[in-house]
Amino acid sequence: MTADPEILFEQVSKTFGRGGGEFEAIYDLSFAIGRGELVAILGKTGCGKSTTLNLISGLIRPSRGRVRVQGHDPYADFTRYRGKIGIVFQNDRLMPWRTAIENVALGLELNKVPRQKRLEIAASWLQRLGLSGHENNYPHALSGGMRQRVSIARAFAGEPDILLCDEPFSALDEHTGNALRDEFRALLRQTGATSIFITHSIDEALSLGERLMVLGRPAHIAYEATIGVDMSETEREAVRGRIRRVLAGDAAEQPA
Amino acid sequence: MAPGDGSGTTRRFRGLRLEAVVALAGLAAIWQIASLFVPHFLFPSIPEIAARLLAIFTSWSSLADALATSARILAGLAGAFVLGTLLAMPMARSTAFERYAYPLLNFNQGIPALSWVVVAIIWFRGIEFRIFFIMVMTTLPAFTFQVLDAYRAMSKDLFEMTLSFRPSRLDLLRALIWPTVLPGILTAWKVNLGNAARVVVVAELVGATGGVGYELLQQQQLFDMAGAVAWTLVLVIFVLVVQGLITLIESRALRYRAVAEQAL
Repeated sequence: MTADPEILFEQVSKTFGRGGGEFEAIYDLSFAIGRGELVAILGKTGCGKSTTLNLISGLIRPSRGRVRVQGHDPYADFTRYRGKIGIVFQNDRLMPWRTAIENVALGLELNKVPRQKRLEIAASWLQRLGLSGHENNYPHALSGGMRQRVSIARAFAGEPDILLCDEPFSALDEHTGNALRDEFRALLRQTGATSIFITHSIDEALSLGERLMVLGRPAHIAYEATIGVDMSETEREAVRGRIRRVLAGDAAEQPA
Repeated sequence: MAPGDGSGTTRRFRGLRLEAVVALAGLAAIWQIASLFVPHFLFPSIPEIAARLLAIFTSWSSLADALATSARILAGLAGAFVLGTLLAMPMARSTAFERYAYPLLNFNQGIPALSWVVVAIIWFRGIEFRIFFIMVMTTLPAFTFQVLDAYRAMSKDLFEMTLSFRPSRLDLLRALIWPTVLPGILTAWKVNLGNAARVVVVAELVGATGGVGYELLQQQQLFDMAGAVAWTLVLVIFVLVVQGLITLIESRALRYRAVAEQAL
């Protein structure tokens, strides 16, 4: 565990519903993520991956245990994190009444950045993501891939300390997803933000993460590995195999 | 042509304008033909009605009556809109509050405008306040229901996305809630405008000493059909002008909406 973690989960459980209809999405989950780490979280559908992100972002609070982000409770100190946490969602979630540039500038606007400055920042992010010339287009006039680029630009534009990505390429076709993934990895490395990337794809997790966590059901760490840039293909294949086995059996294994 | 560039809408409105002119001209022609065959006091000729209409718009006292009615309609609608929105917001946020408020609004919808006229005359002294009260009570439920529906239709995804930026309550209202409910509000204004025009005449018939309703009562007592039609047209023109303004605002505020090239 990191000495001064950016994100800390201590025996966190999250239960949804009441009475007989209770559902435990996360059970006794503990982990620590250091500043600037790039962590990929893998797991089957319904294992609590998105709930984990929602807990970090402070949109929900834990039923038991403690969540700390930069040393504070993200749910109780919700406004403290204004401009500090960026989220890239599974679908683009663009506001249909805002143009591409206005969508990118949304977080900056809510963070009270002056209009001229926020539009300049938004325009530069659109340019970086290959959307020059589309600044004044409304979302309906953009393709799925373009819309997702706009939503990525929106998350990055505020230069957040922490970036949470919830399967951002799963709604795109394979070609667009692959192209965007490469750009995304480069952006993540450039910004230096602490990043958590949720995915179903083992290859995506291996290519994007420096550290990899596989969640069992209900969410607990079933397997954890560090992915080095100098890792050989044989070593990667071994990690792939272990992840497949963990996902197939959903059984806890010791960290590699 | 790119979808959503507004050309589809423009084409549709041009078509509508032409069809509207043809339909209205047809109605006028039928009326004019009828005026040739039936007694004058039942169907006055179109030129006579037009002359009376012109007289209303060129005489300051008549114009003042028309403007008074227009102001009453707008004030009543504005009051109902503000109160309806203030009522819809807690209803949207609290199921318990909604459970109490909904039956009351439904109950109110069953009360005829004329009953509110009687109540207003008994309860209040000032004529203008009586009319304002009647207008608000008769148009309030529609505004409340429309705003409530529009708020409920707000996307959970967009709400969570906006919330992830930690906006203040005011920013949340400005950035997300207002643009979400705006189409519903504009529809509510369009629907309520016609209702308000009908109600204001009833209110003025029995309680006012000026306005279109009062003038209509005068025409009825004089058995003057040309005057009655001309004053009715004044109200219709007002409604059409305001409808046009709302449509203009709508086309500007909702220009982001995609328009399919092939309308269903």
